[in-house]
Amino acid sequence: MSASLAASLPRPRGVLLAGTLPACIFLVLALVPIMALSGGSYLVSLGSRVMICAIAAVALDLLIGFSALISFGHAAFIGLGAYAVGILSAYGISDALVSLPTSLAVSAAYAFLSGVVCLRTKGVYFIMITLAFGQMAFFTASSLAPFGGDDGLTIAARNTVAGFPLLRSDRVFYYIVLLCLLGTYLFCRALVGSRFGRVVRGAKENAVRMATIGFDVYRFQLATYVIAGALAGLSGFLLANATEFVSPAYMSWQRSGELIVMVLLGGLGSLDGAIIGAAAYLLTEEWLSGVTEHWKVIFGPVLVLIVLFARGGLIGLTRAVVRRFSRG
Amino acid sequence: MSTSLLIVQILNGLQLGVLLFLIAAGLTLVFGVMDFINLAHGVQYMLGAYLAVAFCALTGSFLAALMLALAATLAFGLLLEFAVFRHLYDRDHLDHVIATFGIILFLNHGVKLVWGAAPLSLPIPELFSGSVKLADGLLYPVWRLVVIGSGLVVAVLLYVLVAHTRIGMLVRAGATNAAMVSALGVNIRRLFMIVFGFGAMLAGFAGIMIAPILSVEPGMGDTVLILAFVVIVIGGIGSIRGAFLAALLIGLVDTLGRSFSVDILRLVMAPSPARTVGPAIASMLIYLLMAVVLYVRPTGLFPAKGR
Repeated sequence: MSASLAASLPRPRGVLLAGTLPACIFLVLALVPIMALSGGSYLVSLGSRVMICAIAAVALDLLIGFSALISFGHAAFIGLGAYAVGILSAYGISDALVSLPTSLAVSAAYAFLSGVVCLRTKGVYFIMITLAFGQMAFFTASSLAPFGGDDGLTIAARNTVAGFPLLRSDRVFYYIVLLCLLGTYLFCRALVGSRFGRVVRGAKENAVRMATIGFDVYRFQLATYVIAGALAGLSGFLLANATEFVSPAYMSWQRSGELIVMVLLGGLGSLDGAIIGAAAYLLTEEWLSGVTEHWKVIFGPVLVLIVLFARGGLIGLTRAVVRRFSRG
Repeated sequence: MSTSLLIVQILNGLQLGVLLFLIAAGLTLVFGVMDFINLAHGVQYMLGAYLAVAFCALTGSFLAALMLALAATLAFGLLLEFAVFRHLYDRDHLDHVIATFGIILFLNHGVKLVWGAAPLSLPIPELFSGSVKLADGLLYPVWRLVVIGSGLVVAVLLYVLVAHTRIGMLVRAGATNAAMVSALGVNIRRLFMIVFGFGAMLAGFAGIMIAPILSVEPGMGDTVLILAFVVIVIGGIGSIRGAFLAALLIGLVDTLGRSFSVDILRLVMAPSPARTVGPAIASMLIYLLMAVVLYVRPTGLFPAKGR
């Protein structure tokens, strides 16, 4: 408890580190397509996938890290955003000016409706009820027979932007995803630092005290839940455009579990951590699956070891290393 | 015809319910007593099924396979507790989730490495093969009845164990306030270990008993795990009685929903949309039920006292 309180307080010494790390992350991300200039379309598409996941992970960190709301159904919002793109394009509407707002609205609406119910419960019950709503979305999608059902739905082409086929080029798409990630990151950072964010973080430490001061904790948490849902919808919109395919598998509970693992892997309650976690998870997956078909046999124990020995995730680990070296 | 179908489906529902109870009992105890979220509970069930197949091939007798597989799942549960879980009891729930998620990944693919990805099957023991005639024109497989019966027997044994023995008393006390039990001089670590091993063995037992009916394949524990979580959340965490009633409820609702949803929907809508919507509603029925229960009773139907 005291550790998380300390982490949420301003750290004058850590400001330099807190500012440089995200700058480094985004610089590296911006350079990927340039470094991969010579026939590296694989790297570009992998990078897009990592960043799309990172958007959802940052949104989830908003819930888990800053509000202690462990959502086990976050993948549902990604899936809903993706299905909005898929279903619209099945009806011939394939412009981002229509499908992006639809994705965001659909995910936000589902987050609002499920949040109204979910936020009545606490702790493990919250984990399980978000799982329940995730599963409901999953089964609804798999029963959508006109839109592929279990097999999913192929999208004819990527969305146009105001009529221009802007997203068709992988590199341009990459930078658009990067902009979305940057926007999400900055937005979440501003949100966390704002008065709204302080109320939410206060409610994480002690909801009763927050309520006693006079804040309606439920409303603040619901707003956070809806925002995180909408951001996951953005991730879903990009995912559908990246793969040109939507499937119920996007919403499976394993996906939600993976997202939690990503956030934890990076380190809770630090938005850069969520990006690093998503990258570490997907790149390790990519690398190990290249080494052996049975990569999960290696990856599983690695996760266990990280939990046992690297508390605070990768960010916590780097902080500890940096601290040790800076003290000499 | 319709009533006999109803009876068959009710029996199937009971069988699913009993199976879920065997898994949920261990899960709810581990959760209630140790405050530990064990996502890896489902793989214990899968492991039980695989070990039963392996030992049955080795010894040729189902009974011997049952005994050996039970002992092996118990040993494996204790090993996991010793190697990983006991270091995590005083950690966050999230640490539990990520570590046990890692164990799921490892074991799901571990069994693929050892036994291959193709589904295996276990023959029904000869003594219980065939069907029994319940009524005119109503045949029901004996083995499914054996599963229901053995599940009910375990439920009774568990009730006696928890409600009327010293160790059960400690478990109940631990579920209410573990720190206090420890302060009163009980070796809580050993209690945790016993509960954990016992829970793992129950899940393994469920896997062994169901192996002759279902195909034994990697990942078979995942769906069941989610259902078991639904059960313990509806029943109230830490409550065996709640787990039992919720397991039967979920088993019946799920099975009956799947078999009759289309017919019921056809009463109110055209046949073709009913065929589409029916299965979807049937699959989400239990989650809907869970959402409603938690909305009305945020800590489940039978919350353990003191929580």
